[in-house]
Amino acid sequence: MNNRFKTSFLAAPYALWVLICTILPLLYILGYALTSSTGSFTLANLTAIADPVHLKSLWLSIKVAFLTTVICLVIAYPVALILHNLKITNKGFIVFMFILPMWMNFMLRILAWQIILSNNGILNSILSAVGLPTLHILYTKSAVTLGMVYDFLPYMILPIYNALSKINDQVIEAAADLGANWLTTFTKITIPLSKDGIISGIIMVFVPALSSFVVSNLLGGGKVLLIGNVIEQEFTLARNWNLGSGLSIILMIFVILSMSIMNKVDDSENGGMLV
Amino acid sequence: MINVKKGASYFYLGLVFLFLYAPILVLIVLSFNNSMSRTVWGGFTFKWYLNLTSNDDIMAALGTTIRITLSSSILATILGTSAAIGIHYMKKRHAAIMLGATNIPLLNADIVTGISLMLLFTRFTPLGEFSVVLAHIAFSVPYVIFNVLPRLQSLSEACYEAAMDLGATPTYAFAKVVWPEIFPGVLSGFLMALTMSLDDFTITYFTKGAGVNTLSTMLYTQLRKGIQPELYALSTILFLLAFVLLLVINFKGEGKKEVAK
Amino acid sequence: MEFIQFDHVSKSYDKQLVLDELDLYIKENTFVTLLGPSGCGKTTTLRLLGGFEKPDSGKIYLNGNDITALPANLRPINTVFQKYALFPHMTIEENIAFGLNIQKKSKEYIQDKIKYALKLVNLDGFEKRSIDSLSGGQQQRIAIARAIVNEPKVLLLDEPLGALDLKLRQNMQYELMKIKQELGITFLYVTHDQEEALTMSDTIVVMNQGYIQQIGTPEDIYNEPENAFVADFIGESNIIEGIMIKDELVSFLGVQVPCVDKGFGTMKPVDVVIRPEDVELGAPGKGFMDGVITDCLFKGVHYELDVQCGGYEWLVHTTKYFEIGQHVSLNVIPFNIQIMNKPESEDEEVMKEDE
Repeated sequence: MNNRFKTSFLAAPYALWVLICTILPLLYILGYALTSSTGSFTLANLTAIADPVHLKSLWLSIKVAFLTTVICLVIAYPVALILHNLKITNKGFIVFMFILPMWMNFMLRILAWQIILSNNGILNSILSAVGLPTLHILYTKSAVTLGMVYDFLPYMILPIYNALSKINDQVIEAAADLGANWLTTFTKITIPLSKDGIISGIIMVFVPALSSFVVSNLLGGGKVLLIGNVIEQEFTLARNWNLGSGLSIILMIFVILSMSIMNKVDDSENGGMLV
Repeated sequence: MINVKKGASYFYLGLVFLFLYAPILVLIVLSFNNSMSRTVWGGFTFKWYLNLTSNDDIMAALGTTIRITLSSSILATILGTSAAIGIHYMKKRHAAIMLGATNIPLLNADIVTGISLMLLFTRFTPLGEFSVVLAHIAFSVPYVIFNVLPRLQSLSEACYEAAMDLGATPTYAFAKVVWPEIFPGVLSGFLMALTMSLDDFTITYFTKGAGVNTLSTMLYTQLRKGIQPELYALSTILFLLAFVLLLVINFKGEGKKEVAK
Repeated sequence: MEFIQFDHVSKSYDKQLVLDELDLYIKENTFVTLLGPSGCGKTTTLRLLGGFEKPDSGKIYLNGNDITALPANLRPINTVFQKYALFPHMTIEENIAFGLNIQKKSKEYIQDKIKYALKLVNLDGFEKRSIDSLSGGQQQRIAIARAIVNEPKVLLLDEPLGALDLKLRQNMQYELMKIKQELGITFLYVTHDQEEALTMSDTIVVMNQGYIQQIGTPEDIYNEPENAFVADFIGESNIIEGIMIKDELVSFLGVQVPCVDKGFGTMKPVDVVIRPEDVELGAPGKGFMDGVITDCLFKGVHYELDVQCGGYEWLVHTTKYFEIGQHVSLNVIPFNIQIMNKPESEDEEVMKEDE
């Protein structure tokens, strides 16, 4: 016991670190948010979200983030399931193929999408070559959503894949043994048992999607103003740190809110399912 | 029937991979494009690769990026590993508090993390490479901790005690029994910290101050006036290096497993 | 046609043959145990019947119907898995109701069934508990309850008691027999534990390396093993090379001893099997040969002795204590001497060497 106690002090530097680099910065941002440029207490930086421009961009952010998350989930779940069912030994290799794109600079990859999606870009060249109508989605909400799906997809695939790996194969066999067909096994066993992975995937996609400003800058061409863009502009162009901090706090509140909604969904599923 | 299903599975995987790798392919092609335009193919050239080392701006940004990425991921790995060990041996209630705090940077939006750190740093130190390193440690430590902790939890307490029982000192027992078990977690934590640091833009952008540029922030400033094609070449090199490195690690790991069988 | 029939069933994994042309018949309403060391093909046999694996060749029949291609969820067969395989996200009630919900049974029917099944496995009132709150033994009972509420024609049990401790294992053996009696269905039980097999089964199928070695009642298998593998696997035995001189007379270790076996021919090489508890020790000169005690261990109910005798180290169980170095005589009544043919095929020879 004594030894354990002593060993636990290995975390002391980290505890100090957390205090200085995690807690303190949050207090600072809260401090800025609750003061005016002259230093007096105010709630104006928080209530500024009610400004129609801010409200519109917050609403747009929520819509885009929600859509991004849903599309990621729909694409990622089958991928994770297929990977899990692959009968190969070297699964680590496949998993790392999903991480590898991150080693090409993120900014450049989004830029490449600009090139692919532009009016006379690669995608439209291919489309017109095979006689299909061309797409004009660059600098629209759709392009921003596509960029975010692209950027965050691995964050949805990997946790779901990990959750699936943890399911005991015998449990799946047991469901079949008890008469469940493929669909029933999938909905009653596989999905509920991979719920943790789904939830962390959703969080890992929704939170950055809600606050991203780079993707919308590149693929939205300044026409798609997300709450992240508003905050960034307050800090860089407008130099109104107090307002920027206030909107950041609002953003944080929305993140916390959406996560507690996720947890609610989680609980009710646990309690109310007798089928 | 089974083959149709299998074929469909592979086709679907292929599509997703195409989606993920198409932009990378585009960039690699651009790095050989003998035209400054992003949309016109001006013939094949190696000149961007050859010009690379003589472009001082890019070389400076590359140097900064490497310094920041390496130092932040190494420091984060040391800090995170010792934190994980400490947390593992803590009382449950204390450990829960620590883990809660560790979750904050993971769950917080990048922009909020970046801004809050910037607000703190401007009070105490001029923004620069040093503040970026601190910021990168802040967001990558949690990845190290969450990679190492599960390893510790699956490590049997009895192993460590058995080593002590056989006469090992605590240090020796740690080096010979605990460390080999948690090492894969430390390594994957380190690699994740490295990847996150290299790929980060938002937090660097807010904490770097004037004059300092990593590759990401440099690209961001060039977006409007046009990207220097040397950057495509450099990114291609970095990407291929990572590809080869991870390939080697992966197959070396596989080889070891085979021997162990 | 028998109730369950395996007809020339072969199965291999990664080019390694696990079952080779297996033929097996199982009668309705019997407790059949597949017994053998790991890798003998017993679990594969069970999984083939459960529908979790498809044979490479051969057919499987249930009640005269070919079920070879029928998927697991359509077979009137349920399984109790080795590691229980309970659904961790469901309560006990939900676990047990799983199969019945799929059959679209009425709520009242399901509730009655759950109650009945929990009573049968001695866990009345556990309906709302979560899986994590149960001990290993309790989880195993729930796994049994979950399987039997579906009223399967056959219940498959894959080493269900393997993870339990000795005392619990013995209790569960009695309970399983009780449940079997109550339900009146066929049990196919897989184990590597000979004691479990001997206690519970109506019929034991001893398997090794993908082949059936012997099928019989527990008494048959124990008292009259058909080959050295069975003799060695079921309990401990002295297995000595000998020559069958003529009917009812066998020669081994240089002495001629009367036995009850006939029909082996004359001067035929055989294996002689003598159970350690069947060897009687007496004063020197009183038996068919003399020897010396080289080891004596107390085992609770009996002493386990090593006796060096005729160039062979005999294993002997007695209730009396003997000193190491003591000279004794060995005697075995003819009825307790078991004569077995030497393995003929190369396959059987290989098996013996592997053991």
